[in-house]
Amino acid sequence: MTGTNPGISPAASGVATDMDRAAHSSAPGGLVKSVVELDRVVIRLAGDSGDGMQLTGGRFTSETATFGNDLSTLPNFPAEIRAPTGTLPGVSSFQLHFADHDIMTPGDAPDVLVVMNPAALKANLVDLPGGGLLIADSDEFTPRNLAKVGYASNPLEDGSLDKWQLVSVPLTSMTTDALADSGLGKKEAERSKNMFTLGLLSWMYHRPTEGTIRFLERQFRRKPQIAAANIAAFRAGFNYGETTEAFAVSYEVKPAPMAPGKYRHISGNQALAYGIVAAGQRSGLPVFLGAYPITPASDILHELSRHKSFGVRTFQAEDEIAGIGAALGASFGGALGVTTTSGPGVALKAETIGLAVMTELPLLIVDVQRGGPSTGLPTKTEQSDLLQALFGRNGEAPVPVIAPRSPGDCFDAALEATRIALTYRTPVILLSDGYLANGAEPWSIPAVDELPDLRVEFASAPNGSAEDGTEGQFLPYLRDPDTLARPWAVPGTAGLQHRIGGLEKADKTGNISYDPANHDFMTRTRQAKIDGIAASIPATEVDDPAGDATVAVIGWGSTYGPIGAACRRIRASGRSVAQVHLRHLNPLPADLGEILARYDRVVCPEMNLGQLALLLRAKYLIDVHSHTQVRGLPFRAAELAAVLQDVIDSTGTTPTAIPSAIPAEHTVGAASNGAVL
Amino acid sequence: MTASPHVHDLGMPAGPDLTTVSGAIDASIAANGPKQTELRAKDLKTDQEVRWCPGCGDYVILNAVQSFLPSLGIAREDMVIVSGIGCSSRFPYYMNTYGMHSIHGRAPAIATGLAASRPDLSVWVVTGDGDALSIGGNHLIHTLRRNVNLTILLFNNRIYGLTKGQYSPTSEVGKVTKSTPMGSLDHPFNPVSLALGADATFVGRAMDSDRKGLTDVLRQAAEHQGTSLVEIYQNCNIFNDGAFELLKDPTTGPMWTIPLVHGEPLVFGPGGASCVVRDDFGGLRIAETNQVDASQIVVHDAHREDPSYAFALSRLSSQDLRYTPMGVFRRVAKPSYDRMMADQLEDAAAQQPADLDALLAGNDSWVVTSSS
Repeated sequence: MTGTNPGISPAASGVATDMDRAAHSSAPGGLVKSVVELDRVVIRLAGDSGDGMQLTGGRFTSETATFGNDLSTLPNFPAEIRAPTGTLPGVSSFQLHFADHDIMTPGDAPDVLVVMNPAALKANLVDLPGGGLLIADSDEFTPRNLAKVGYASNPLEDGSLDKWQLVSVPLTSMTTDALADSGLGKKEAERSKNMFTLGLLSWMYHRPTEGTIRFLERQFRRKPQIAAANIAAFRAGFNYGETTEAFAVSYEVKPAPMAPGKYRHISGNQALAYGIVAAGQRSGLPVFLGAYPITPASDILHELSRHKSFGVRTFQAEDEIAGIGAALGASFGGALGVTTTSGPGVALKAETIGLAVMTELPLLIVDVQRGGPSTGLPTKTEQSDLLQALFGRNGEAPVPVIAPRSPGDCFDAALEATRIALTYRTPVILLSDGYLANGAEPWSIPAVDELPDLRVEFASAPNGSAEDGTEGQFLPYLRDPDTLARPWAVPGTAGLQHRIGGLEKADKTGNISYDPANHDFMTRTRQAKIDGIAASIPATEVDDPAGDATVAVIGWGSTYGPIGAACRRIRASGRSVAQVHLRHLNPLPADLGEILARYDRVVCPEMNLGQLALLLRAKYLIDVHSHTQVRGLPFRAAELAAVLQDVIDSTGTTPTAIPSAIPAEHTVGAASNGAVL
Repeated sequence: MTASPHVHDLGMPAGPDLTTVSGAIDASIAANGPKQTELRAKDLKTDQEVRWCPGCGDYVILNAVQSFLPSLGIAREDMVIVSGIGCSSRFPYYMNTYGMHSIHGRAPAIATGLAASRPDLSVWVVTGDGDALSIGGNHLIHTLRRNVNLTILLFNNRIYGLTKGQYSPTSEVGKVTKSTPMGSLDHPFNPVSLALGADATFVGRAMDSDRKGLTDVLRQAAEHQGTSLVEIYQNCNIFNDGAFELLKDPTTGPMWTIPLVHGEPLVFGPGGASCVVRDDFGGLRIAETNQVDASQIVVHDAHREDPSYAFALSRLSSQDLRYTPMGVFRRVAKPSYDRMMADQLEDAAAQQPADLDALLAGNDSWVVTSSS
């Protein structure tokens, strides 16, 4: 570091100062700039809903992924499309965590906060630790905007932000200046300020820029003037960083070591849609999606609608019920029927799911969970539909339930859900959530020919005889002895005409039956079929590197990242903890009860009020310690680690000496196995 | 479970190499349509005992359908009947075709998914006034506006039968039932008007006991590409007996029934005493034939693109069934949803052949060569 640098010290990044290695480079204009190497950074961009923060964050993510860092993102936006400009309800933010090692969460708190207006500052400052870098668009801190959110004086000038490394930059006016010759009006030119900001950040963190330029050219190929303006603003922001004295330091985060292979970055909804396309290809069945628009699931409908060349039919139905009804009708006809929705939609689809249970047809139901009950928090994440998925129907209506653990894992989960649906002729519920849906991470692109073979055989000939002995009959409810699945005979197959429906079926013939013994038998058989799926589930993985843990933490779905990060902290402190993460929620893995019984304590963190804990307690008679939170946001790793530490330390049989405390986030570095978050 | 492994041709590529995809989704089956065969009425009966009340109008309709369907020449395995819940919705169990007795009101939605993904099938929906117009009203109107290739038979008995006699959305105002001891307050739907309001491309009406008229409307409905709605007046002899007696009675029937024959003047009643003429407000009204000039009498045109005329026809009748047009109100050609959907798939495949590897790789991938 040179003593003359007026700008930001390396500590502004707030991380791993012992690892920082400063280098110097000469920027145009003779300004000497330092380059500081960091192992990880968390950036949060915050602005008005109309400021394009999600797009900016998405582009920064793409650049970061292309560069080769590991990353995790947390978009956070209001349900209102455009709340009144400059108000707190209108604030939209995007948090990105990137590192030179593998990471599991979008980060508990930002190291760098970029705010485009006073509302964004007010809404997000509480999360920025002292000493953190704060970049603010000073042009937007007008008396009017300040008044809108209750600032009596300008915080950029009154010293109230002295605790942070504040850099006021006139982002808006510099953007309009840069676009003075673009032919755009002032208002239009101002809209490119997000690209100016992206350019500045791209300089600060040494991001590759070609991808963004290509993206802008693609995005606005029919509006070349807009494309040119955005590219000019982007470059102006980059050049500003290089020449200004306001930023004396830029940062380098080296690529993270990853297994050899081809990667891309992918969001959960995108991965889920690709998984459905792949499931259609690997099963040889045409995909039929029946869906009604609902946040945060609509992107799956949008994505699948673009892949008609794969034989994917998408049907935007008049309501949730018609969406699943059409999907079930298509399944009856031999398609891979799929419906995508969120919690309120699942409630509406319940009766049709029951019909699918009764008719024993394959069907994939995707629930991208959001905060509930009722309309709840449409754009926020939650895991509170587990019990609805398991039990939210009339009658004994067992349905397999599976959950992905990360954005990229949504792809594999879609294939697994399809495998179960096709093999066992049953509706399957896949529980994603808002965090997985919109979050992104690097994804190792799979080889198509190594994906599971999901081919299925339709019935093609009679399979039995009638009660009177007549040969050559088709018995639609004669079951496969191994899977208990019934034959799938699709219309158009001569000689196999049959009728199915919601009324109770007689065993084998499928005729209407009100016989008490038959109903008892069929109810138990439907349950046994679903229970039997456990035989096809791999043994439960227990992550306990030391092998001596007495406390296990169990989770499901999107809590995998935060729980995993918390476990790393626990282990870095010298304690042991075992992590179990469930993909299959129904049926549960056959070995789960035995595994959980090995531990003195079992902790179950969930973004609901303890739904899995309730199940585990009921099923295995284990005194599960439930830790819950429903803030609409993922768990913070540090908080979870504290909970685990309390449980471990109070269990009393910790084999290793108990250190005084878990090392604080900022001091855990490469020294302790390099794993931070 | 199955006698021999068999992959049904759904227009998707099959065989060991699942990664190669033909773009010709459903092209073959869409071109061929249902297989043609010779059938007789008894081939369409099942071994299931028909369990409607003795004397129910549903029997007559079942017989008419079973007698008429073979004349279409469609193989029975290519026919699918989807129903909802209610007395009429037991229909699939008695037809030796593929069938699904689904849930209340949702048959049009389920049939939409089936018909849209299998343009090679002849898909029928059997429903009732409660099923189609009350709990399933939303699905009905949206199915009609989309013009999915379906034939919907709406059995209208103006009462809830299976739940033992509550008023329905087609019951006349003031109907006294178990749930309306002082008379119902709701204004009823006219199903034909409703369907026309949803821009249905085919709308017809027939009487359960009129085998010839019913068969004629059913035939035209079955031949129509797109959604056909046929309202069938059906007597519930237990809970609403004689609901259509005014039209069935040999004396009063001809007085109040307006037969709709495409290309024929709308003249009806004993000796052709009554006729339909235009009123001053762009609608239609009833006149005495001998009081108007022959040129004023409306000649029925079921093919009019603008549904206003057919709608005006549907408004001639009142709740007490006087002046009820019977026959085909509207029959216009419009591309059906399933065909348009298949076309889009073909176009997409022609523009960009499916390549799953390329899709998964996307535009912004990077390669890690060795673990550092």
